[in-house]
Amino acid sequence: MTERQTILTSMQKNATENGYFLCPDAQLLNDLIDGLATNTNRHGYGSCPCRVSCGSKKYDVDIICPCEYRDADIDEFGMCYCGLFVSKQIKENPSQMGPIPERRPREVQDAAFSAIETKQHTSAKSKTIPVQSTTSVPAIPVWRCSVCGYLCAREIPPPICPICKAKSERFEQFALS
Amino acid sequence: MKCEIVPGKKKMHQVKIYTLSTCGWCKKTKELLKALDVEYEYIDVDKLTGNDIIEANEEVKKYNPYGTYPTIVIDKGKQVIRGFNDKEIKEKLR
Repeated sequence: MTERQTILTSMQKNATENGYFLCPDAQLLNDLIDGLATNTNRHGYGSCPCRVSCGSKKYDVDIICPCEYRDADIDEFGMCYCGLFVSKQIKENPSQMGPIPERRPREVQDAAFSAIETKQHTSAKSKTIPVQSTTSVPAIPVWRCSVCGYLCAREIPPPICPICKAKSERFEQFALS
Repeated sequence: MKCEIVPGKKKMHQVKIYTLSTCGWCKKTKELLKALDVEYEYIDVDKLTGNDIIEANEEVKKYNPYGTYPTIVIDKGKQVIRGFNDKEIKEKLR
């Protein structure tokens, strides 16, 4: 299997497991997979083809595909930032695909860019790398699959349970206290 | 930073686009401008290194504070289109 086939197969598997679909625009899907293969060769990890990678895994980790922002973007817009993963509704109405706002916090992006600078000016005394984010994390609801007990933290329950495939309606909000 | 110029018959506006070579939406933007026969220059920011990539990103942020790609800058910033917004591109550059 070629590298791009390996990526496509694993992304297809991931989409199915999570109740999502791959990009319904065949050309775009092809280009995104090519982009992921390029980034994998360039950086050693498959960072989002539609975002700038800084080349340091520590700072790019949140945008390694599937990125940390995918679920929230699919919940709100029916597609992830690059459009590789989409909801059932978008799969059936591909013309609704288009640019969506960037959810990755700006300070995280800025920290990644400062890593490029740091890498460039590495001297004997290494510069302090700024922390990724100092803003406090807002409380995210936790959902429990009533069938298998799988827990996830996101705004709304996932379309299906990635573990036992129970439907979204089988999820209940889970109180941690 | 060196920009690639793509020739076209329509030159009413100066069009500069900031793109990523890996991005499918950036590719769609280039293809649409080509199909509209609009002359444009592009810079694939992901192919830059070191200072150039930082500089290019700062430039993009001047026009588009979120620093997202593609960013389409018309007439040195008189108009800016953020993302592959095909209707807006056609309206402004047809």
